Amino acid sequence: MGVRIEVDHLTMRYGAVTAVEDISFTVEPGEFFGLLGPNGAGKTTTLETIEGLREPTEGRVAIDGRDPARREPDLQRRIGVQLQSSAFFERLTAVEQLQTFGSIYGVPTSRLDELLEQVGLTEKATAQVEDLSGGQKQRLSIACALVHDPEVVFLDEPTAALDPQARRNLWDVLRGINESGRTVVLTTHYMEEAEELCDRVAIVDHGQLLQLDTPATLIRRLDAATRIGLAVEAISIDEARALPGVQTVAVGSAGLVIETRDAATVLGELGRREALEGLSVSKGTLEDVFLDLTGREYRA
Amino acid sequence: MSTSTEPETRTQAPAHAGAGDAKAARPLKALTVAMFKGFVRDRMTLFWAIAFPLMFLVLFGGIFTNQGDAEAADVIVVGTVSAIDDAPAEARKSIDQAISITREDDLDAALEKVRDGDATAVVTEDDGEVTVHYSAADAVAGAQIQGVMQAIVQQANTAVYQQTTGQPPAFTFAASQVEDDSLEAIQYVTPSLLGWAVAMSATFGAAANLVMWRKSGLLRRLRLAPVSTSSVVLARVGVSLVIAMVQAVIFVGLGVGAFGLQLSGWWPLMVPLLLAGTLAFLSIGMLAGAVSKTEEGAVGLANFIVLPMAFLSGSFFPLDGAPAWLRVVSNCLPLKHLNQGMLDVMVREQGPSAIVLPIVILLAFAAVFAAVSAKLFRWEA
Repeated sequence: MGVRIEVDHLTMRYGAVTAVEDISFTVEPGEFFGLLGPNGAGKTTTLETIEGLREPTEGRVAIDGRDPARREPDLQRRIGVQLQSSAFFERLTAVEQLQTFGSIYGVPTSRLDELLEQVGLTEKATAQVEDLSGGQKQRLSIACALVHDPEVVFLDEPTAALDPQARRNLWDVLRGINESGRTVVLTTHYMEEAEELCDRVAIVDHGQLLQLDTPATLIRRLDAATRIGLAVEAISIDEARALPGVQTVAVGSAGLVIETRDAATVLGELGRREALEGLSVSKGTLEDVFLDLTGREYRA
Repeated sequence: MSTSTEPETRTQAPAHAGAGDAKAARPLKALTVAMFKGFVRDRMTLFWAIAFPLMFLVLFGGIFTNQGDAEAADVIVVGTVSAIDDAPAEARKSIDQAISITREDDLDAALEKVRDGDATAVVTEDDGEVTVHYSAADAVAGAQIQGVMQAIVQQANTAVYQQTTGQPPAFTFAASQVEDDSLEAIQYVTPSLLGWAVAMSATFGAAANLVMWRKSGLLRRLRLAPVSTSSVVLARVGVSLVIAMVQAVIFVGLGVGAFGLQLSGWWPLMVPLLLAGTLAFLSIGMLAGAVSKTEEGAVGLANFIVLPMAFLSGSFFPLDGAPAWLRVVSNCLPLKHLNQGMLDVMVREQGPSAIVLPIVILLAFAAVFAAVSAKLFRWEA
């Protein structure tokens, strides 16, 4: 259970455009792997090449040592895919979609209720896809990817367009899939999602692999400043600037923000002055790593 | 949908050696069922495939059924026309059936009425010469009234000849329709409208289906599933064939039940014809779907192909009177041959030999268009 995925010097070119340039990584069996990057970074192209939808211009992709682009049925039966768009049979109900995909994969369709419950669509079982909300469609497409009990699941932005509740529920579903031993590969541009779910994260931009490690290591390596927030009344700006260890002080609508790489000292000083009104402390996140690596300009 | 559970399917070793026919049939069945449900549940496609062509059948059936008792032409007689006025009672009766006579003293006023289209013709007689004044604005009515008046004059001549010589006329004239007398418009309209209906739904169905599945990403999704391209195409073929048969049942049922359609003994031969026709138009629809980016584009293109073809293939009215070059064009169109075959076996009492050529032609169209659309086929939007 759980398969090994190898991406070896993968390059994808479309005419003059290089969508992916010389990317290499390996996903271990049972791993939860994230491909992170801004829109147009090349993460979907990479994922679709691994799935077997595209053939590498250069380099090699292998699932369990086999070439996915050959689309061999017995390999395809071990792979579950959820594509970016909601690919459904028109006018079929949720349960009929699952039945149809089940029949296509040649599996008995006895666990459909369970599957629908897993993605929280039990009440929508007999609703036609056209009548489902964006989030419900998203969850149904994940259920469709799981219907044949695959060993590896590929998810392309599975939580895009979901509200916070639905997203968190889906995280539980995805975690459950992974804990049952399946390899999971997903693309996302939600940092907290990758931080929450992934064992390892590959940060991709402009078709290149920028960083690849566990979320914790990436954050530690960033050496980001700690942000300490205070109510404006707590301390004056000049006083704050004079504190040992403080790097910058800014006043915003939320109050005073102190940036420091020596949070212990600064917090100690603030405590001695009893200037702790409205205190909040935040450490760097994967988002900081991401922005640090990819910059802040708008993307496609 | 019922799914028979075969426990061995799950534990079966993933080796394609085990993929027998029974296993291949399952995705095909699932896809066919899914496609068919999608069709039946979409009111718009149902309307265009079933209700819309039926509307034409009802319309044409209604319009042409009473064509036999066309209204008598309005003729104004100025002065005395002895060919009419002196006709014997029996002859006079048939004249009154053909033309409705009013009288007028003023020739100019009468001619004005013809010019205005209030009357078809003015008839005068001057010393044995009967003159028909007609308007060029309605050439058909003009020609008809000339024919009628010629016949009346001829009849009068014959009567005079008989009276003076006591001999019967040397030549007489009788007209007879080659089909039996019951052949009415519905006989022509049902087979050819059915041909059009089948062509339209096969083309639209395939085109819209292909574009819809490509746009939604379902084609790519299926590409990553253990299902062959031929299964997807075969499912579409199956659905289109079923739709064609349903259309045939409804058309023939309504024709026979409501409009007095009389089928020839060979009518079941329409089934293989319709199957071949469905394949031909399915391939044309596949081509339209392969080159179109949006559903609107695909439907528009299908319309652009099928509608003019329906006119040129005599689906709505016979092309017997059309210029020769138009009939040549018509013979290059698959629908023309479908219509031809349908008419032959449904109402013209022709046997199996009548469908051989149409079927060969339709299958050839199917093969060519299928090959071209396979070349132009795209999985992705």
